[in-house]
Amino acid sequence: MLLRHTPKEIKERKALVINPAKTCQPIGAMYAALGIHGCLPHSHGSQGCCAYHRSSLTRHYKDPIAAATSSFTEGASVFGGQANLVQAIDNMFTVYDPEIIAVHTTCLSETIGDDVAQIADKAKQDGKVPEGKKIIYCHTPSYVGSHVTGFSNMVLGMVKGLAEKTGKKNGKVNVIPGYVEPSDMEEIKRLSAMVGVKTIMFPDTSGVVNSPMTGKYNMYPDGGTKIADLKSSGDSLATIALGEWSSADGAKYLDATYKVPCQVLDLPIGVTATDNFIDALRKAAGVNVPDSVTKERGVLVDAMCDYQQYFHQKKVALVGDPDQLIPLTQFCINLGMYPKHIVTGTPGNKFRKRMEEMFAEADLPYTPNVAVPGDMFLLHQWIKNEPVDLIIGNTYCKYIARDEDIPMVRHGFPILDRFGHSVFPSVGYKGAMRLMEQMLNAMLDKRDRESSEEAFELVY
Amino acid sequence: MPTKTEEYMKKDPTDFKEEILKKYPPKVARKRAKSIVISKGKESDGLEIQANVRTIPGIITMRGCTYAGCKGVILGPTRDIVNITHGPVGCGFYSWLTRRNQTSAPNPEDHNFMPYCFTTDMQDSEIIFGGEKKLMAAILEAYEIMKPKAIALFSTCPVGLIGDDVHAVAREAKEKLGINVFGFSCEGYKGVSQSAGHHIANNAIFTNVVGTDDNGKEGKYKINLLGEYNIGGDAFVIEDLLDRCGITLVSTFSGNSTYDQFATCHTADLNAIMCHRSINYVAEMMETKFGIPWIKVNFIGAEATAKSLRKIAKYFGDQELIDKVEAVIAEEMPAVKAAQDDVRSRTEGKTAMLFVGGSRAHHYQELFAEIGMTSIAAGYEFAHRDDYEGREVLPTIKVDADSRNIEEIEVEQDPTRFKPRKTPEELEKLAAEGFEFKDYDGMIPEMKPKTLVMDDINQYEADKLLEYYKPDIFCAGIKEKYSAQKMGIPMKQLHSYDYHGPYAAFKGAINFYYEIDRMVSAKVWDLVKAPWEKSPELAAAYNWE
Ligand code: SF4
Ligand code: SF4
Repeated sequence: MLLRHTPKEIKERKALVINPAKTCQPIGAMYAALGIHGCLPHSHGSQGCCAYHRSSLTRHYKDPIAAATSSFTEGASVFGGQANLVQAIDNMFTVYDPEIIAVHTTCLSETIGDDVAQIADKAKQDGKVPEGKKIIYCHTPSYVGSHVTGFSNMVLGMVKGLAEKTGKKNGKVNVIPGYVEPSDMEEIKRLSAMVGVKTIMFPDTSGVVNSPMTGKYNMYPDGGTKIADLKSSGDSLATIALGEWSSADGAKYLDATYKVPCQVLDLPIGVTATDNFIDALRKAAGVNVPDSVTKERGVLVDAMCDYQQYFHQKKVALVGDPDQLIPLTQFCINLGMYPKHIVTGTPGNKFRKRMEEMFAEADLPYTPNVAVPGDMFLLHQWIKNEPVDLIIGNTYCKYIARDEDIPMVRHGFPILDRFGHSVFPSVGYKGAMRLMEQMLNAMLDKRDRESSEEAFELVY
Repeated sequence: MPTKTEEYMKKDPTDFKEEILKKYPPKVARKRAKSIVISKGKESDGLEIQANVRTIPGIITMRGCTYAGCKGVILGPTRDIVNITHGPVGCGFYSWLTRRNQTSAPNPEDHNFMPYCFTTDMQDSEIIFGGEKKLMAAILEAYEIMKPKAIALFSTCPVGLIGDDVHAVAREAKEKLGINVFGFSCEGYKGVSQSAGHHIANNAIFTNVVGTDDNGKEGKYKINLLGEYNIGGDAFVIEDLLDRCGITLVSTFSGNSTYDQFATCHTADLNAIMCHRSINYVAEMMETKFGIPWIKVNFIGAEATAKSLRKIAKYFGDQELIDKVEAVIAEEMPAVKAAQDDVRSRTEGKTAMLFVGGSRAHHYQELFAEIGMTSIAAGYEFAHRDDYEGREVLPTIKVDADSRNIEEIEVEQDPTRFKPRKTPEELEKLAAEGFEFKDYDGMIPEMKPKTLVMDDINQYEADKLLEYYKPDIFCAGIKEKYSAQKMGIPMKQLHSYDYHGPYAAFKGAINFYYEIDRMVSAKVWDLVKAPWEKSPELAAAYNWE
């Protein structure tokens, strides 16, 4: 038992978090920044945070993640990090030649109250920013929110720093894809194109953190949202923000500042949420949904009908980010499953409300456990008290899954020990198909492993 | 065809150095120039390298922070201490199970807290009003649930800034709970690299735990192994090897380690140091306080392992032990030789580069040499000059402001526990036979003349190195892995071993040879370019024509 000290009895904890179900803001900001073409993310603080964030992203994506740091030492911590950041900006443009630098703060620079906007201005005045190059920034104190908040803050930083309005509509729809995998971003673009809608999607990490092998290391691979497109986002027809927690702020800013009307939807995971996305796209651009999309949907629903018997009333525990959990739980419900325990580390009471609405609508015959913010220690204790048939969550869940002998599907961040998440989507109808396949296989593999000889079947 | 090694030796590395420095702003170039030297092999006396200085802002470094060195590296591998990170969630989260320190608790009911991450997950109100109360509450909650024999507290950057006193909280908790609770001021901004964190960790363990329990293991030849962290099970093979030689391992610092091992380590008669950087001062302090001499050993590489075992045996000087050690070496060597012979045709003459840690970049060169590969460039992430130039430069190293931040503890002879392990005559005799205590020559003199040594190498320099020399294998950490591989160069992670291992001792050496053989012979690298990229001309030649 690897988690052998986790007792069944649950005692209230007020101060101690054990096995957190979230991490800190800057990593989300770094990830979002990588979704701009030619961007070098910069972490304003001590070098440890940057090293940790780069390592974690690298372990998850198995691709190079370049980012620089202000390398604070004691002096900078006391007197402020202006000198460090100005020097860093000079060095980055000289040595790594990015199109744009995206600065985010850390706990340290936030606590001392460094004003990165002012420092970026200073760098400009000092002539450290070459002609045509850009700096954007955001504040990401880790003692507020989580990695999801950091992602959202950097998205906001992008539109604040780059979006413009010329008064001439560009005929496009902005799509903010949320804190999802590069494969998901790719799929969102593919679906939009299928519907026949021209989009500006940002950030777009596809092709950046799952870049091809070329025999050359390119710090700025082909992918990423172009700066020109980000500028143009103020001229778009509308913005569709996927995921309240990770995307709403950027969309609302464009709405308030440039009158680009926005809609905030769930991440398109599962049938219902994908339907809503397609429908919103259709309306925003005034187009008809082509049969090819309806056919993809039909193939998914067909599979759901074919396999519903294996999902019926199967209990599932889910842990992850709020934006992911809402549509994932809905998909589980659509499959006839019973979501039992749901934990997110990211604070926000709206989450509980959304969950409760969903449960009421599904008319579940029991009340699921929901923790917001909660941790994976609590999740494990809940599972000990009320076992489940499936766990959906990030790699750290494997310890619970092993101890309790429960099948598990890896989803969310980080996934450190399996392949696939960054190349195969879990959004859209195709993504739902993949999720369903993973869930079903995990449960049936266990059944095969454990069934008696006489009950061992060739056909399911 | 000349081998890669021969090709390298024909080039002048000063050209390369000039080329990379050209791109930097002048101030940066001046600073980096001092951290890049060219080894003269054994003749490297007086060759000075700049090390343990601040990282340059904006220059993408491989380094981590003091907290990472303290919590992640030193305390991380100890299974029975509850480690609470005091700070916002991130620092604790990232150091949760990511270093691969394996551990093996003998019984299912024995404490093993390593799969758990404990953090105070500070929120903005605590940043404003102080987090000591929350920390105290967290300790009590952790004790209530886990009932550990010790709890350690780690400060992160914001904690240092707002001035929470983890040591005061630790003292209070210790009194309340009656177990050992101790804190570390290991804020990430202290010091210039992880190295400061090792120092802080070791100091606190030395002050709070070492020598608190006199009931050590029984045994004829008792040693401690220092600076071994049990990545991929390295410690397990070393423990097994020592056991077979009849050597008793009282404690390891800190692979597969426990609280009791630290508490009883002063009962050993010899300290054997693997990673000189992370722990040499602990050995020094133990010598002063308890009279335990120390030697440098290395269990990476079959030859190095044999040499280290012989050195330990010689120290104890008993024929029985000497014979046993020889018997074990004789037993192990045939398999090692067979593996070397097997891979050699595919590895001979090939080149490697190593940029990691504070000893791995040195130790692993032995393994490469054993299969005929040359390390043409190497450097440390967080070393000091002595790790490069040898211990004799210690007195000449200037203590700068960043090093002064790290507390040095005053150690005196323990009035009851100090006992010299050897008489002056015995020491003299050993010295006359060429036996060296506290010796470490450093990496530079042990590299081949003309090879490059670079401290705190960064992303840009690493890319240039790879482009310029196209080594057959590059060794560094996770952050560097995929940029190298994008160039079609196999990259071996030497912090985490790419989730493989063990690589220590004889069995580990064999694992390593085959692993490197696999990597340099992998077929997939031939596929990097598509056929139409290799020969883009459009001369059509259809089969049916
Ligand atoms: S906040 Fe400080 S302690 Fe935490 S990872 Fe960053 S540098 Fe290290
Ligand atoms: S929680 Fe703060 S200090 Fe720790 S890694 Fe995240 S940003 Fe750095």
